[in-house]
Amino acid sequence: MGSAIVSFDVAQIRSLFPALQQTVNGHPLAYLDNAATTQKPLAVLDAERAFYSTLNANVHRGVHQLSQKATDAFEATRIKLAKLAGVPTPESLIWTKGCTEAVNLVAHSWGSTQLSEGDVILLSGMEHHANIVPWQLVAEKVGAVIKPIPISDEGELDLAALEELLRTHPVKLVGVKHVCNALGTINSIREVVQLAHAAGARVLVDGAQSLAHVPINVADLDVDFYTFSAHKAYGPTGVGALYGKKELLEQMPPYQGGGDMIRTVSWEKTTFNDLPNKFEPGTPNIAGVVAFGAAIDFLEETAVHLPDSGAHRHERDVLTYATAALEDIAGLQIKGTAKRKTAVISFVMEGVHPHDIGTILDQYGVAIRTGHHCCMPLMKRLGVPATARASLSLYTTKGDIDQLVGALRKVKEIFS
Amino acid sequence: MDLQELYQEVILDHSKKPRNFGMLGDATHEAEGHNPLCGDQVHVRLRVVNNEVEACKFEGCGCAVSTASASLMTQLVQGKTRDEIAELAQRFREVLIEHKEHELGDLNVLCGVRAFPMRVKCATLAWHAVLAALEQTGEITTTEE
Repeated sequence: MGSAIVSFDVAQIRSLFPALQQTVNGHPLAYLDNAATTQKPLAVLDAERAFYSTLNANVHRGVHQLSQKATDAFEATRIKLAKLAGVPTPESLIWTKGCTEAVNLVAHSWGSTQLSEGDVILLSGMEHHANIVPWQLVAEKVGAVIKPIPISDEGELDLAALEELLRTHPVKLVGVKHVCNALGTINSIREVVQLAHAAGARVLVDGAQSLAHVPINVADLDVDFYTFSAHKAYGPTGVGALYGKKELLEQMPPYQGGGDMIRTVSWEKTTFNDLPNKFEPGTPNIAGVVAFGAAIDFLEETAVHLPDSGAHRHERDVLTYATAALEDIAGLQIKGTAKRKTAVISFVMEGVHPHDIGTILDQYGVAIRTGHHCCMPLMKRLGVPATARASLSLYTTKGDIDQLVGALRKVKEIFS
Repeated sequence: MDLQELYQEVILDHSKKPRNFGMLGDATHEAEGHNPLCGDQVHVRLRVVNNEVEACKFEGCGCAVSTASASLMTQLVQGKTRDEIAELAQRFREVLIEHKEHELGDLNVLCGVRAFPMRVKCATLAWHAVLAALEQTGEITTTEE
C-alpha cells in the first residue's frame, strides 16, 4: 500500500469512466456530485458483466461448479474489504444493501435488545437522517432518549461537549459519521471511541463517505460498528456492509428472517446460522458484491484514500483550487471549514436559493447537489434551509472547477 | 430549455419582492405546505368572507420559483371562491404536469417551469397549501401525493 502511484494522470483516469465522456445540455459534463454517488470505472462495469456472463449462480447453496465459483467470487470481496478496512475476521462483515440498511440492522437488532427505558443515544449534530431515524424508531419502542452532540460553526464535533454529555448521562451508544457528506468534515473517530468506551458506551460509525477518501482501520480505531457503502467509492449501487465486533454480532438476534440465515427450521423452533450468514437472509446482490471487489481493487491501485498517493494529492490540489475560486465570488459563502475535511464544498449565495443555483448550473453541464443533504438538523444548526454542494473525486479536474465558476457567474447575472 | 423562459423578469421580481408576504392576523383558514424533497416551506393564511377570499398572505422560505409562485397565488386568489381557486389550480397543474395548453392569465409566466420537471413541485407547492387551507384539514400538506 506504501507503493502508491506517485505520478497521477487525471486524463488517463478519466478515460476509465465512460459516464464522464458525455455532454449535458450541450456542455461537457462536469460531474461534481460525487458525495451522492461516484461514477463507475470500466473495471467495475466489466466485473458485473463478467459475473453474469460466466459465473452466474446462487451462492452458498448449490453443489454444482458454478455455484461454487459464484460463492468464491462473492466471498473474495468480503476478504478484500476486510483487508482494506482492517477488519480482523471477514465474517464480522455483513453484506447489506447500503449504509442505511446497516444502521437499521444495528438499531433494530442491537438497539432493541440492549437499550432500555431512560438510556441515552448520542448522535452528532451533523448526522445523516440514515443515522438518526432508525434510532428514533428504536428509542420510541424502548423508551430511550436521543441527544445531539453539538458542533462548532466550522462544522467540527465538540469533543468537550461529548465528554460532558458522557459524564452526565447514561449513554449506551454514540453514533457519528466518519466523514460528513454535507460539509466534508473528517471526524476524530479515535477520540470519540476513547471517550465513549471510557464511559461504557458503544460506538457506531457511519462510514458512507469514507472509503474513497480516508484510510480506515476498524480494529485500530476500536469502533464497535462501522458501515460501508460501495457506490460512493466507485462500486455499484445497492451494496454496502456492516462491520461489527464479533462478540457483539454473535450476541445479536437476527434482523430479518429467511433462507441461508438458518441452521435448522422446524415448526417448533429455528436455530440460526453462524456469522455472517445469520444476518444475510435471502439471495444477496451477488453480482454487485463481485463488482464491488473490482472497485476495491481500483481503490487499492489508485490509493486515493491514502494521503500520500498521487490521486489523493490531486484531489486535494483541486479542492484547494476550487475553494480559492469560490471564495473569490462576492456574496458566496462556504459552509463547513473544518481543519480536516475531504473534497466537499458546501456553499450558499446571497439572494439565490440553492435550487435555483442547481438548475442554472445544470444548464451549463455542471452537476451538483442542492438541498438539505438529508441533514435537516445540521442545516438548522448552520442557519440555512439548504446549501449547494460541489463534491469532488479523483477524476475531477481544474477545468471542471472553471466550468463551475463560469456557471456560478451566470447565476449572479440572472439574479443581479 | 431556456433559462430566460424559467427566470422571467416577473418571476425574479416576485421572488425578490414577494407580495402579500407576512402574517395575516384575522385569518379564518390556514395551512402549511412542505416540499420534502428540498425543504421548501410555505405557510398560507386566508380570510374568507361569504365563501370568498378577502385576503391571503404567506410566509416561508424557498427557491425563486416557489416564492414567486406563492406571491402570484396570493394575488390571484383574492375575490375568488373555493371552487374557482380549485379550478385554477387544476388548470395550472395540467399545464405544468400534463403539458396541456390553457390560458392562465397572470400565471402564464410560470409555464416555463414545464421544461424543468424537477422544479414543477416548487411551482405547485403554494397551490397545494392554499387548497389545503380552504379544506381546513389542519394537516400539513406536501407536494407528495
